[in-house]
Amino acid sequence: MELTLVQGLKPAHLIRAIGRLVLRQITALGEFMLYARYTFKHVVSRPFRRRLVFQQMEFIGNESLNIIMISGFFIGAVFSLQIGYVFQIFGAQGMMGAASGKALTRELSPLVTGFLVAGRGGAAITAELATMKVTEQIDAMEAMAVDPVSYLVAPRVIASTLMLPLLVAVFNFTGQIGSLIVGIFLFDVDQGVFFQKLVSIVGVEDIWGGMQKAFAFGLLIGLMACRFGLKAGGGAKGVGIATTNSVVVTLLAILAIDFLITYLQVAV
Amino acid sequence: MIYFKNVTKKFGQFTVLDQLDIHIPKGKVTVILGKSGEGKSVTIKHIMGLLKPTSGRVIVDGEDITDFGAAELQVYRKKLGMLFQHAALFDSMTVGENVSFPLREHMKLSEQEMLERSEAILEQTGLPGIQHKYPSELSTGEKKRVGLARALIHQPKVILYDEPTTGMDPLVSEMIDQLIVKVNQENKELTSVVISHDLKAALEIAENLVMLYKGKVQLAGTPDEFRTCPDPVIRQFFSGKVQGPMEFI
Repeated sequence: MELTLVQGLKPAHLIRAIGRLVLRQITALGEFMLYARYTFKHVVSRPFRRRLVFQQMEFIGNESLNIIMISGFFIGAVFSLQIGYVFQIFGAQGMMGAASGKALTRELSPLVTGFLVAGRGGAAITAELATMKVTEQIDAMEAMAVDPVSYLVAPRVIASTLMLPLLVAVFNFTGQIGSLIVGIFLFDVDQGVFFQKLVSIVGVEDIWGGMQKAFAFGLLIGLMACRFGLKAGGGAKGVGIATTNSVVVTLLAILAIDFLITYLQVAV
Repeated sequence: MIYFKNVTKKFGQFTVLDQLDIHIPKGKVTVILGKSGEGKSVTIKHIMGLLKPTSGRVIVDGEDITDFGAAELQVYRKKLGMLFQHAALFDSMTVGENVSFPLREHMKLSEQEMLERSEAILEQTGLPGIQHKYPSELSTGEKKRVGLARALIHQPKVILYDEPTTGMDPLVSEMIDQLIVKVNQENKELTSVVISHDLKAALEIAENLVMLYKGKVQLAGTPDEFRTCPDPVIRQFFSGKVQGPMEFI
């Protein structure tokens, strides 16, 4: 008698389905790598579209500043609140600045900034390019002998890659302010002790480690957001689907790359 | 000017163009007719180099573009202009920026020169003084005319019109049709290719007609040849009746 798993589902069918799924993912990854290579080619070759790059830097960086500053402040404050009560048990409240500084610079700032920019800027980029795609504006650009990757993708990728580290720096700063305020007003931490521990424990390598992540996340957000936008189809619904997929996949990819970079930083 | 030689285009198992042979003469208005789904847009996308044939060759202005790579296509497309079905204006740019876009990208002109050339071409299409407006402030007919100005500004050798009057009221349709003829008369070297299913307009503006059916040319000739052609498929298309030899998918 032939083996069946569920009603009518044979092991061969299951293996075939898994095989197809794996092949599809490998193909998608390969296509993405080719697209990334093509984009890099346009990033480093003429024409350099400075005006468009500055426009995108303004959109991704400047217009994200408020949300980054507010989020940074509260995440720093909440983190300090959480560790403050534990440190209090051991009478180590003075270490709050150092602990929050280490956590913010190495992990929290790049990760949360990446999430916020992916949700705000990345989604907007995907929606904009997807709308251009479904209304034939991208085709029109190609018809006028202008490469959409050169005109639309490269400036956005450059801008997001450059702006993420700057936003992370702002996040670090406001996060530390939040932590300081919680330390001073809720745990009676001396300002001098707070900063002395912060400076002695948190080093340039911590900030640099976070910046490496910021750089990678910025690149990823720019590439992913544009890719999903350019691949959109099917009218208004297609724009919605592309935007949702762009945000979800980018967030997951950020988490995966965060793990990879952290592993390389710690293990190597 | 434009030759399709034995062009077949398949999407998966579905054959859209089936060993198609077309000749589009230089300096004339050629209308490619056919009911929806007969491959008119696919044909025009082959001329643009946006699609590649499954087999066969596409030759434009003496160049075989079939195997052109991205860089060669970039150069080749500078010879073309295209008016899209919904104009496809960049909605984040003003009319002036839209119209001068090809100049800004491919020519080293001063802002003043671009402004002057944009204004001149907008005047030619009957829309002077609207450079500062955004596409969202324009009517459908105005958008089409701005799209036409953008397609013409770099003086292309071939202009392609994708369903230029679809969804427009009769007066605006008539105005666009007249504009197509006017533009062609003013530019003797310009080859115009219009895809349409509007038979009345096609007969008015075309010097050369090509009708596609089942991925092949059902008839190619002058408007008069079409009017007198006894082919039952052509006659059914003329009558606009569902009953007849035409198959509907």
